[in-house]
Amino acid sequence: MRAKPVETGNVVQLEKIGLRYGRGPEILQDISLALPAGSFHFLTGPSGAGKSSLLGLMYLALRPSRGRITIFDRDIARARRFQLPALRRRIGVVFQDFRLLDHLSTLDNVALPLRVSGVPERDVQKFVPDLLDWVGLADQLAAKPPTLSGGQKQRVAIARAVIGRPDLLLADEPTGNVDDSIAMRLMYLFEELNRLGTTVLVATHNEALVQRLNRPALRIEDGQVVRA
Amino acid sequence: MKGIGAGRTDLPLKGDATSRFLPWLVAPMVFLSAVALAAAFLLYALIGRWDRDVSGTLTVEIAAAPGDAAAAADKTHAEVETAIRLLKDTPGVIDARALPQAELAQLLAPWLGDRDLLKQLPLPALIDVSLRADDRPDLAALAKRLAAQVPDATLDDHRVWLLRLIDLSRTVAVLAIVIVALIGAVTSATVVYATRTGMAVHREVIEVLHLIGATDDYIARQFAGRAFVLGLEGGIVGLVMTAPVQLGLGLVARHIEGGFLSDLAMPPLGWAACAVLPVAAAILAMVTARLTVHGTLARML
Ligand SMILES: Nc1ncnc2c1ncn2[C@@H]1O[C@H](COP(=O)(O)OP(=O)(O)OP(=O)(O)O)[C@@H](O)[C@H]1O
Ligand SMILES: [Mg+2]
Repeated sequence: MRAKPVETGNVVQLEKIGLRYGRGPEILQDISLALPAGSFHFLTGPSGAGKSSLLGLMYLALRPSRGRITIFDRDIARARRFQLPALRRRIGVVFQDFRLLDHLSTLDNVALPLRVSGVPERDVQKFVPDLLDWVGLADQLAAKPPTLSGGQKQRVAIARAVIGRPDLLLADEPTGNVDDSIAMRLMYLFEELNRLGTTVLVATHNEALVQRLNRPALRIEDGQVVRA
Repeated sequence: MKGIGAGRTDLPLKGDATSRFLPWLVAPMVFLSAVALAAAFLLYALIGRWDRDVSGTLTVEIAAAPGDAAAAADKTHAEVETAIRLLKDTPGVIDARALPQAELAQLLAPWLGDRDLLKQLPLPALIDVSLRADDRPDLAALAKRLAAQVPDATLDDHRVWLLRLIDLSRTVAVLAIVIVALIGAVTSATVVYATRTGMAVHREVIEVLHLIGATDDYIARQFAGRAFVLGLEGGIVGLVMTAPVQLGLGLVARHIEGGFLSDLAMPPLGWAACAVLPVAAAILAMVTARLTVHGTLARML
């Protein structure tokens, strides 16, 4: 695996961010926050508060209507299009709706970030089954997502997000479909990554989880971020 | 080149209804291109051969003198002698030889039939002149001198009509190139359309690949690889379709009266050009798809 650059300062920095969809109202207003390198945060807030939207800004799927986003010390507004893929490869994302590719097997879905980064196929065939084994999907390597349960899909999505050992992990409701014991197991996976240097942000409704892990939480309310 | 052909792809392009018709479009395109190219090359070969046959020769015709047949024949004979002397003295002329009247009669027999009739007709005399190919005499000057000494003589330079044919063949060649270019443009446009449609169909997959960090080119290569395969498939079918046409042309040429087409064959370069067509079509499709994906992605995401 790639040697991790020692990240100092903030991995993510938002300054007075505003976001609106189309001509709608601003759903995020004047948000300023920073994720220091190596930090682990939860992101909470009521449904529709804008958690997914905030993550979308961070994984470069959305552009803010105003304000400045700096990721890995790069001002996103000034980054050229061809520079974005390299940034995105350093970010692992667990999408709330998984976004698995239905025509690919579990193994191929999880292998995507490695293949996109040009990791040799021999390594892909070694790392991916190992990780899928760890999340309890060793017997589903060849299965396609439509045949998986919600919880299984979620674990595939998580495996895909962490397989490349990203510098930044953004997980949107990653334990919404699994029972508590699997949820904890997945959280340990995140903590393990965090210990190795990955900056983690987990959006969730699961207050119990937030309590148990005892990590700082950011809360979105009325378009603003407050420290819970 | 990575990602071509049977290689693994992240996009489910194999089942696309929008691209499956592509080979069926490329096939007739390659067929038409091959026929256009073959026609151009054959014409070129034909003219090249006529040129070789003709550029070394020249015919001088001496019109039959009017009046009494015997006196006319004498006069014509004398003129022939003069002309031959003049021709042989001209630098660049290898030989000049009167075509014997018997030979001339033989040539005319199919048209005039009766040999006895021929004997009474005042026949023109023909002089076959062979020229040095590398040092052709100035024909205009030669014609002038000939006219001065033998007023009944006309110089028939075969090259005049040959030049017209060569002009024609150039036009045909340019036309063939234009046809092939147009066909290429149409094929390209179709590939653009098929690629764009495919991208719209797979928009979500493309988005995910993008968010995972795939470069535009990573995505473009997958479309390009698929387009290459489809183009090659269609191209090969199109080329195979030309086989009956080539055979048919060969047969027709062999049966043409006079045998002057009988051993006409496509030059090796022509075969090579036709054989390259499917690959050219495949590469055109590949490059077009790749550029289309790049252009579309820049607007799409
Ligand atoms: N693509 C979109 N177009 C228009 N409006 C959108 C879009 N996505 C989200 N919104 C709106 O933005 C607001 C925030 O949505 P978002 O998905 O970020 O909330 P969330 O906090 O993730 O909610 P949940 O906890 O239910 O996942 C909502 O009011 C939603 O209707
Ligand atoms: Mg959400």
